[in-house]
Amino acid sequence: MRFLMMSKTNEDFEAGNPPSPELFARMGEFMAEAAAAGVLLQADGLLPSSAGARITAQDGEISVTDGPFAEAKELVGGIAFIEARDLAEAKEWGRRFAVVHDGGCEVEIRQVAAPGGPGGPGGPGDFS
Amino acid sequence: MTVAKRRAVDVVRREAGRDARYREMAERASMTSDEEGLEARVDGRIEDDLLRLIFICCHPLLGRDTRVALTLRLLGGLTTQEIARAQLVPSTTAGQRIARGKRAIAQARIAFEDPTPDEQAQRLPSVLEVVYLIFNEGYAATSGESWTRQDLTGEALRLARMLAHLMPRVAEAHGLLALLEIQASRFGARHGPTGPVLLEEQDRMLWDRLLIRRGLAGLERARALGGGPYTAQAGIAACHARAPSAELTDWAEIARLYDAYAASNPGPVVELNRGIAHWKARGTAAGRTILEPLLADARMTRFHLLHAALAELDLADGEVAAAGTRLRTALGLTDSAADRAVLGAKLAGLPRGRANPREPADPERDTP
Repeated sequence: MRFLMMSKTNEDFEAGNPPSPELFARMGEFMAEAAAAGVLLQADGLLPSSAGARITAQDGEISVTDGPFAEAKELVGGIAFIEARDLAEAKEWGRRFAVVHDGGCEVEIRQVAAPGGPGGPGGPGDFS
Repeated sequence: MTVAKRRAVDVVRREAGRDARYREMAERASMTSDEEGLEARVDGRIEDDLLRLIFICCHPLLGRDTRVALTLRLLGGLTTQEIARAQLVPSTTAGQRIARGKRAIAQARIAFEDPTPDEQAQRLPSVLEVVYLIFNEGYAATSGESWTRQDLTGEALRLARMLAHLMPRVAEAHGLLALLEIQASRFGARHGPTGPVLLEEQDRMLWDRLLIRRGLAGLERARALGGGPYTAQAGIAACHARAPSAELTDWAEIARLYDAYAASNPGPVVELNRGIAHWKARGTAAGRTILEPLLADARMTRFHLLHAALAELDLADGEVAAAGTRLRTALGLTDSAADRAVLGAKLAGLPRGRANPREPADPERDTP
């Protein structure tokens, strides 16, 4: 099963500050561990929301709002795609990723729908 | 114990202390005595331990089935029952296989070996072979009615990624991973309502682009490191992955790649695929030049896919009756439910109503 891990950002990153060397090192260790276990597919950090935008469509009207956006802890700061056997394993990896940020962080895990949509034939690693 | 915690990388890492780690290693390899030698070997990072475990499980002294079983157990964390299902044997057989493997390791003191990089390079083929076997078991189950066993392919992919991470300078570790990721990228498109869907008919929107991207990147890495047979096969698979549609497939490039591959890895199955590539690139005559001589090869006379391929050429040349004959021959030569379904469908789909089998096709008359 493929999962998307989204880690929420914080005011510090939103202000454009890079991760501290210690955090960077811990993140590197986590990525190496996930890669060594064969579960990491892709991992990327996202730039602060000031570099992004929101587009909303409502009743045929489109509005575009440039960042930055408020509520840093609701915003995604980093993403990773992992291949896990089940939700339990994915949660374990999410836990390890969350503890990397010792200050405090939220990691959300969502299962990727298989090609063809939910209920369609699974991709490799779909054990259902 | 949850699945996550059974995994080797987790077991090895779980205890910070060296003593605990070597106890785990010893337990896993079912050894006793010589604590001092073990201690010296367990010093080091987790990745060294993992690599050592892989070379233990895939030692050429062990039989192929045993290597697969041990790898699935010690690196994949599968239960005996899961391994039994994977290898299509009763649980007791799987359990005995693993126990015998561990005893053989203990007796031959395999776990005390510390292969030099040169020795690792020599033993690498048996490691890659195990992973490829596991993948292929899942990719196309050759017995029974299931088209794929995706749990095994997932396991194989994970192992292949592990290997590429642990041996970053080894070309074929990347080559194998690239091959598996590109092949796996098509999983979502391989099932149709009536059975398996062949490559040329698959809906490419259902191909997994993340896996393709990873596969193509891995291929470049493998080639830069010197390549090898798995890398070459990945190169061929990449040609399909890059084609936006079947019609846009670069068959000339595939034919060239098969020519190169066959030069260093000759064999009848390679010739079969090379013949098909040349047919697609240059026409049926070019294909027949390679394929027809294979009918006389004792290894190939009863290979259903050769007859099926020649049936395709016959069809392309308008030789419908000949195609039908060859398809029936092919059907009689295989037990695979998946292959029989495909061949049966082709047979049922042949154009009808040719009074004289030697008459050439008449497009005006035969177009529905």
